Amino acid sequence: MIVAGCDVGSLTAKAVIMRDREIVAYHIMRSTPQPELSARTVLQATLEKADLEAAAIDYCVGTGYGRNQIPFADAVESEIACHGRGAWWLLPSVRMVIDIGGQDAKAIRLDEKGNVIRYVYNDKCASGTGRFLEIMADALEVELEEMGSLSQQGEEGVSISNQCVVFAETEIISLVNEGKALPDIIMGLHAAMAHRVAALAKSIEIDRDVTMTGGVAKNGGMFRALERALGESIVPMPADPQINGALGAAVIGLQAGGKGW
Amino acid sequence: MIVAGCDVGSLTAKAVILNQRSILGTAVVKSKVDPAESAREVMNRALMEAGVPSDSIEYCVGTGYGRNRISFVDKAVSEISCHGLGARWVLPSVRTVIDIGGQDCKAIRLDKDGRIQKFITNDKCAAGTGRFLEVMARLLGVTLDELGGLSRGAKEPLALASTCTVWAQAEVVHHLNAEKAIADIAAAVNHAMANRVAILVNSVGIERDVCMTGGVAKNTGVVMSIEKLLGVKMKRHRVDPQIIGAIGAAVAAQNTMGGKS
Repeated sequence: MIVAGCDVGSLTAKAVIMRDREIVAYHIMRSTPQPELSARTVLQATLEKADLEAAAIDYCVGTGYGRNQIPFADAVESEIACHGRGAWWLLPSVRMVIDIGGQDAKAIRLDEKGNVIRYVYNDKCASGTGRFLEIMADALEVELEEMGSLSQQGEEGVSISNQCVVFAETEIISLVNEGKALPDIIMGLHAAMAHRVAALAKSIEIDRDVTMTGGVAKNGGMFRALERALGESIVPMPADPQINGALGAAVIGLQAGGKGW
Repeated sequence: MIVAGCDVGSLTAKAVILNQRSILGTAVVKSKVDPAESAREVMNRALMEAGVPSDSIEYCVGTGYGRNRISFVDKAVSEISCHGLGARWVLPSVRTVIDIGGQDCKAIRLDKDGRIQKFITNDKCAAGTGRFLEVMARLLGVTLDELGGLSRGAKEPLALASTCTVWAQAEVVHHLNAEKAIADIAAAVNHAMANRVAILVNSVGIERDVCMTGGVAKNTGVVMSIEKLLGVKMKRHRVDPQIIGAIGAAVAAQNTMGGKS
């Protein structure tokens, strides 16, 4: 049985193709303004990597913010359910998933079968989402992808007193003008953001093991900052953490097909 | 008896020279990086306008975010107290003061004798502060002074669904790309701002008369929307709403001197 999971997010679209219990291929791309186009393009790119025709897909599950505009999806699932299922499939011992996306952050508690027990999310305030780091990278004139490695050259994180993205942006510009070292500022930004996400996770009580998903999980500085803020070690995802939602969608597809279980 | 009030805010510094019931001189300047320098400059201008030498000032009270950095003040008083005192000096019947500054928003309720009964401040989130309008004006390519008046020319009602300044910015960009009229977008911005302020005001409760202080009170679009949302008319007055904190500081100076004699 060949299934696909397609996660059309606000900033990136992801697709995963699985044959039975194996990941055959995946692809990540920047979202276009039309979710439908993003979905088609990302699935096509994944099919090419898998060397498959679209007709070979037995079942496809869509998720993410654009999930209702994926024309070829047989079913849609919430992001919460998909992130939970994907993490559990890769790491059966996981009981808590912290997902930081481009425009939101979620904390999800799972039972031993990967079902969602409780969850909380923030998409109202940009602070504590990937957008925070994106804006700060812009203000500091560094690439978003460099933030993690730069922060790890820091000696002591500068304390950032503002939580609001707008106010924090002004604050870091004055920190730069005061001559504070860039790595120390970035370290401080990671700590500030981790504090915010940890507060979200703590509001539903932390349960072990904890894993981190979403594009921000690729930032090593952020990963460690979140461990410190939680006071817990985080189990790294054995696959690209950004495809977890699409993977979960594919796994739900497998289960819906009644096979592979 | 000549006294002075000096209000050093995040964006502007204001000074007022008071002799009994008459204002001898006022000044508003853009804040410098160093609050002490802003205070010196604005006070010199107010003295010049009043035509009195600095040694004629018997007592000077400082307020605002930079109040503890002003070398020449005899006493620092909180912004809440000063806005309450100032509003009451201008309008003795006032019971609710809505002050919107460059980086914060306050709602203050006074009893019939002018004592502060209840107040609330937001300085954590840029939404609902002057900063929100500043960000949006820049995006729309209009000045902060123009933004308010644009509401009047609005034809098609538009809405901003997000509270967060960062997300609302994305919505404004979306409206701009859809070639919506600037006046319609401006009206939506002013309304979103008013909405946030109204929530804050409602949490302390409204009692008539209501007046607005701070620079944003000059934005007619925001004022009209707040009036509509709260179901009250603002009590108008002839004094520049931006200098009411400084007037309150001068009144605090008079009160201190009065208590001594």
